[in-house]
Amino acid sequence: MSVRELTYADALREALREEMLRDPNVVLLGEEIGVLNGVYKVTRGLLDEFGPDRVRDTPISEAAIAGAAVGLALAGMKPVAEIMYMDFLPICMDELATQAAKMRFMSGGQLKIPMVLRTQYSLGRQHGAQHSQFTPSWFFQVPGLKVVAPATPYDAKGLLKSAIREPNPVLFLEGGLLYRTKGPVPEEEYLIPLGKADTKRKGEDVTIVGVSRLVGEALNAAKKLADQGMSAEVIDVRTLQPLDLQAIVESVKKTSRLIVASDDIKTGGVGSEISAAVTENAFDYLDAPVIRIACPDTPIPFSPPLEQQYMPNADKIVDAAVQIIGK
Amino acid sequence: MLQKMLLLRKFEEKVEELFLVKGLLIGPSHLYLGQEAIAVGAMMALEPTDLTVTTYRGHGHALAKDVPANLCMAELFGKSTGNCKGLGGSMHVAIYPRTGSLYATAIVGSGIPITAGVGLGLKLKKSKKIVATFFGDGAVNTGAFHEGVNMIALWKLPVLLFCENNQYAMSTPVKRAVSSPSIAERARAYGMKAMVVDGNDVVSVFVATKAAAESARRHSEPVFLECVTYKMKGHGVYDKGDYRPKDEVAKWLEKDPIKVFKEQLLNRKLITQAEIDEVDKATQREIEEAVSFAIQGEPLPFEQIKSYVYAEEPGA
Repeated sequence: MSVRELTYADALREALREEMLRDPNVVLLGEEIGVLNGVYKVTRGLLDEFGPDRVRDTPISEAAIAGAAVGLALAGMKPVAEIMYMDFLPICMDELATQAAKMRFMSGGQLKIPMVLRTQYSLGRQHGAQHSQFTPSWFFQVPGLKVVAPATPYDAKGLLKSAIREPNPVLFLEGGLLYRTKGPVPEEEYLIPLGKADTKRKGEDVTIVGVSRLVGEALNAAKKLADQGMSAEVIDVRTLQPLDLQAIVESVKKTSRLIVASDDIKTGGVGSEISAAVTENAFDYLDAPVIRIACPDTPIPFSPPLEQQYMPNADKIVDAAVQIIGK
Repeated sequence: MLQKMLLLRKFEEKVEELFLVKGLLIGPSHLYLGQEAIAVGAMMALEPTDLTVTTYRGHGHALAKDVPANLCMAELFGKSTGNCKGLGGSMHVAIYPRTGSLYATAIVGSGIPITAGVGLGLKLKKSKKIVATFFGDGAVNTGAFHEGVNMIALWKLPVLLFCENNQYAMSTPVKRAVSSPSIAERARAYGMKAMVVDGNDVVSVFVATKAAAESARRHSEPVFLECVTYKMKGHGVYDKGDYRPKDEVAKWLEKDPIKVFKEQLLNRKLITQAEIDEVDKATQREIEEAVSFAIQGEPLPFEQIKSYVYAEEPGA
């Protein structure tokens, strides 16, 4: 198998292109995705290759972009809609959470909504309080939606291809800081199933569950811990809904300690959910409190030094690990 | 046509009785009484294969779009024999894709962007079908309406928009909620063909829809039809509508679409009173059968509801 180094953005682009070549019903819509090639260049060249019927620039109408994706799915198409920033998702919350996610259920199984809504969060890019938020818990609380958050180019490509083939609405969360990161991606086609976590590093003393950008930080933390003689296992959840709880629980049974690292707000976030679920399922195996490494409960500050202090990182994970490994 | 209108009327009268007299139905239920000419006139002018996206006031749309009355009634009773297996209820009874009754939303305005998407899908697939959406005067003040109407006009989608202006958004009269002199004017501002139709005259609705459907189907030109009508009763089954002036209600009851249509047919000797009585009786029988069908059904076993959250089959 031949493998190249691709950026996260190019890996996503390959996934879109391959699925568009495979299935003529796959269409893209969103703001600035066509003529401008996408704000993050994920859709670069696709307008030229597939034409304006399949790569559609839309007005700034987030509710209607999401609603139109729902309607396209109802009409038998496979829409992949792009919402430029995760902060704009509340504008289309009704169409996504109250319409798309519930249609199959409310119709007694008559309807099927195969749609993907891609978006990204820009924490760490000095975009301020309204262009940086990572708010997955607003969405994984919605039965009927699937929520995916890849951390590497390899996962980004394989998961997006699977998401496009899903018969359900999928919210696909990309990391704004990840677009230019590089990683190995095979030339050959592959898929990664939704709902399967990936153990990115094996270890014995503590389990670090990472989400999106913080998978990389968790791996950096694991290296630093190894230098200090401690062994950390790093699990990338990859999909938040459905969550591969079994993989996390199995790891915790081995390490007896858990840290959850995610770029969302600490209160009621991903870490809270995973912590509660692990407590319910593996309480007897835990030797220390579960630690959440997440953002503090304030809006995101613009000031670059303040934002740096605000963000979770490898050092914060290391500090937490050192504290609990002694216990 | 008259038979359909009577079916809608008698269904709602029965629903009202089951709620208020017999106490057999509970939950919100938004009756279509007085608006029958719109759903019936429109659906009869559309092709049976055309699609509809409607709302929580959808019993009438469902029946007019050929969702069987017994399935609708069972859905209202929350039984597994209902078209949505009792998981949708009154507000989603117009979801029955096999007759083209594609979707019914309970969130005001949200159906319009969805309709834009359905229309876009039909256009991309070069389908001969068109999609019609129905919504109330309340919807025209939502953001979703404006975003959706703009897209439909901008992309020239094969869509008909039926605004059922029944004069009140819950208890708020149009004059206290809509800034523009007419609702149709709003659609014109987006560069869309728009007309005002007497929503209590089934023939007017039929004729207007025929022409509009032609424009949408042949030329992918969307058309907005503001159908002026009146809720005979309140917003929901428990609402007496006391906030409306008595003389206004009396004036509109004179324009009851079924009464008007019967008079037209009798005056032109297109039907006899005996024939009307016959249709009346047959329709009443259909409704009674729908009620017994609904009562006989069972709710879905609770442990099964989880299986309706996600589609399991792999995407094609």
